[in-house]
Amino acid sequence: MPSLTVPPGAPPILQSLTVPPGAPPILQSLAVTLERMLVRILVLLYLAGAPALAQTLCQPNASNGYRVRISIKTALGNQAYEWNENEMFLFRATMAFAMRRYYKTETYNVDNIIVCNQTRRVSFWFVVISPENPTMLIPKADVEKAVSMSRHRINNAFLLTDRTLEFLGIYPTLAEPVNPDTPPWLIVFGVVIGAVFAGIIALLVSSLLQKRRKEKGMMEDGQDEEDRQMKGVENGINLDGIYNRGFTDDDRFTKL
Amino acid sequence: MPEEGMEDNKEGEERPKWNNKAEYLLTCIGFAVGLGNVWRFPYLCQIYGGGAFLIPYLIALVFQGLPLLYLELAIGQRLRMGSIGVWNSISPYLGGVGVASMLVSFCVSLFYNTIVAWVLWYLFNSFQEPLPWSQCPLNHNNTGYVEECVESTPVNYFWYRQTLNITPNMETSGSLQWWLVVSLATAWSIVYICFVRGIKTIGKAVYFTATFPYLVLTIFLVRALTLPGSSEGLIYLFTPDWEILKNPQVWLDAATQIFFSLSVAFGGLISFSSYNSQKNNCEKDAVLVGVINSATSIYASIPIFAILGFKAHTNYVTCLNGNILALTNEFDISDMNITVENYEQWFDSLNGTHPSRVSDLKLKTCDLQTFLDQSASGTGLAFIVFTEAVISMPGSQVWAVLFFIMLFSLGLSSMFGNLEGILTPLHDLKLVPKWMPNELFTAIICLLLFLMALIFCLGSGNYWLEIFNSYVGSVPFLIIAFFEIIAVAYIYGIGRFSDDLEFMTGHRPNIFWKVCWLVISPLMLFVVLVAYVAVQAQTPPTYAAWNPDYVNFPNTEVLPYPDWVFAICVLLSSVPVISIPLVAIYRLICCMSGRHSKDSLHNNPNPYANEDYVVELLL
Repeated sequence: MPSLTVPPGAPPILQSLTVPPGAPPILQSLAVTLERMLVRILVLLYLAGAPALAQTLCQPNASNGYRVRISIKTALGNQAYEWNENEMFLFRATMAFAMRRYYKTETYNVDNIIVCNQTRRVSFWFVVISPENPTMLIPKADVEKAVSMSRHRINNAFLLTDRTLEFLGIYPTLAEPVNPDTPPWLIVFGVVIGAVFAGIIALLVSSLLQKRRKEKGMMEDGQDEEDRQMKGVENGINLDGIYNRGFTDDDRFTKL
Repeated sequence: MPEEGMEDNKEGEERPKWNNKAEYLLTCIGFAVGLGNVWRFPYLCQIYGGGAFLIPYLIALVFQGLPLLYLELAIGQRLRMGSIGVWNSISPYLGGVGVASMLVSFCVSLFYNTIVAWVLWYLFNSFQEPLPWSQCPLNHNNTGYVEECVESTPVNYFWYRQTLNITPNMETSGSLQWWLVVSLATAWSIVYICFVRGIKTIGKAVYFTATFPYLVLTIFLVRALTLPGSSEGLIYLFTPDWEILKNPQVWLDAATQIFFSLSVAFGGLISFSSYNSQKNNCEKDAVLVGVINSATSIYASIPIFAILGFKAHTNYVTCLNGNILALTNEFDISDMNITVENYEQWFDSLNGTHPSRVSDLKLKTCDLQTFLDQSASGTGLAFIVFTEAVISMPGSQVWAVLFFIMLFSLGLSSMFGNLEGILTPLHDLKLVPKWMPNELFTAIICLLLFLMALIFCLGSGNYWLEIFNSYVGSVPFLIIAFFEIIAVAYIYGIGRFSDDLEFMTGHRPNIFWKVCWLVISPLMLFVVLVAYVAVQAQTPPTYAAWNPDYVNFPNTEVLPYPDWVFAICVLLSSVPVISIPLVAIYRLICCMSGRHSKDSLHNNPNPYANEDYVVELLL
């Protein structure tokens, strides 16, 4: 007689399939077939239900999920690529990479990133499940830290920026301002003021030199005048001015 | 006679002369063409109905501007002295007009060069990538942007906080902003280097400062016409609104604009023309300078408004894009399905199907006309509106540098006239000690002006500058010009003046000039003066303060002037012109006591007038 031992962990419906001893062999074989069918159905259901279970983990407004919004046409214009399953695969792989990088393990895989609710905007929700325990979600804070750490790599994988690949709720860290040691305007100011002062000094010096030269020239003229005046005073004749040819006594030269 | 000769030798030679006619003309044009041509006229043209504004403007030019200009250039050239000497010669009782001119030039130089200093500050900051006014700085702990900047705009923040560091009201003076002091020192140094050898160096400098703005305006014109939205700006500017001519305010503003634009009553034009030889056709010069000044105003408004149209267009597109993004995100529509072109249809259909969701988005109404109406004049145009436009243009640094160098040369060439209106009268009054060389005297005046202008480098400096601009740079000029024209037309006598003009230009002035000098211009000036004072008296004295704690920030808070400030305003308007009656009374008293009045005529004899020789012969 085939023993219809029902495994201890089986569901109650199987346990109730005990065939009383002394039943005809046909009934016994029927029970066996039925049991096998049920087991197969349950296994199939379980296998089918696992993703469904995972799907229930990923829902819009899930407590540990993030919404992603992608604007490819805004970022790339004419060179925009189409968002399809392959791109989605890349996204999940990138997110797995980010998780690996953050936790410094190699356990994360594409299967650990669940995506749902994709719209034609393109926007979707995603959650991260733990590789050890498929029913456990990674908390929101850890996902945020992982994304922030690898944000630059994620953006570059899609040729997008912080603005066009948005993780709603994760704010991009602001870029560090470049603070040069000397403010640039001081440099320009220094050049201008240096040129102006050099010009002022050059002009002042040259006009000073010009004045000195003129004074020297006038002094020499003045000395000549003094000499002449002295002579004039001595001789009693005023020798200022140019000699007036009108007073030459050239009668001697005219031939009459 | 020998004393005069020795005095001439002491001063160097005879009066300095222009190297050539071009330098003289460029200097006068540079003096007349200033910042107001670029940032005041286009604004007036826009708010007063575009093309229609040209009518009162040109009428004011022909009947008020040109006669005054001709008059100043003629008396300066004939009497060969600065403003004080000229008015002393015409009538000793009206010597106060010259003193008033000098005082007003002094006050204007103070604040005008501060504006040039601001332009220099922006110029120095234009050599950076990215431009400092294009983005908000981060706050202390790098978590976000500075709040004041986020609530207003980066451009406003850079102007009010990082440039002026303005205080919330006039009572708080704040401290000296060292970067502004540094810029002011640069501005005064550059002015000094151009003045070092008097008109010799000015004449060289104006080759650049008077011509460069035209080059930049042309470059901007060509660039602006290729930008999207420029045609909207131009159409907006030039669409004539003939109804506006019925508003008397338009005529008043046209007359005042022409008057202040030509820079008469500063004394600078008199000084410049006094360095001419007497046989120079000043009639042609006057008409040329006046026409070029107005043509420059009109020419400058074209690129300015093309760029403002571009800016309005950019703002409109940005506003629309914000709305488009909100709609796309809310309704999960495919990226870039809603564009600027089909926004209206999408909006209507979405509003029809989901009105509550659409209204929850609080979309902004984007109207191109509203953006075009956001005009500004003065420093607001240059440092806020235009800098914002420049950020959106590719290659912003180049355009910013070009624009600010243009503003700098416009301001510098006007400063030449302002400072000349101070220096020449002081020289002619023989107030300069004999041992002091001219360079040192100019340096002392520049240093004095720099030190006094430091009040505009305080936190509340911009408020004080607005006061100076409104109260010194307006009514005193009208009064001085009115006395000028009365003095020449009635006291000096139109007959004598016509003789002088015949001596200088070779023909007597025609009936148009005579009628203008005798009747039309004094009448227009009087009406404009009375109307201006009446309008000013009706507007309550308030100012717009930038207060980050204000409820309606980023709108400016309108505050009334404190009493002591208002007293200063009244003083600023009246003290320069009070010298006119004061000097007249003083001369009257002197005349009563002793026969000193005749001396003033012969104290400063003209080395070219030959009256002394005549006197000698008679003796």
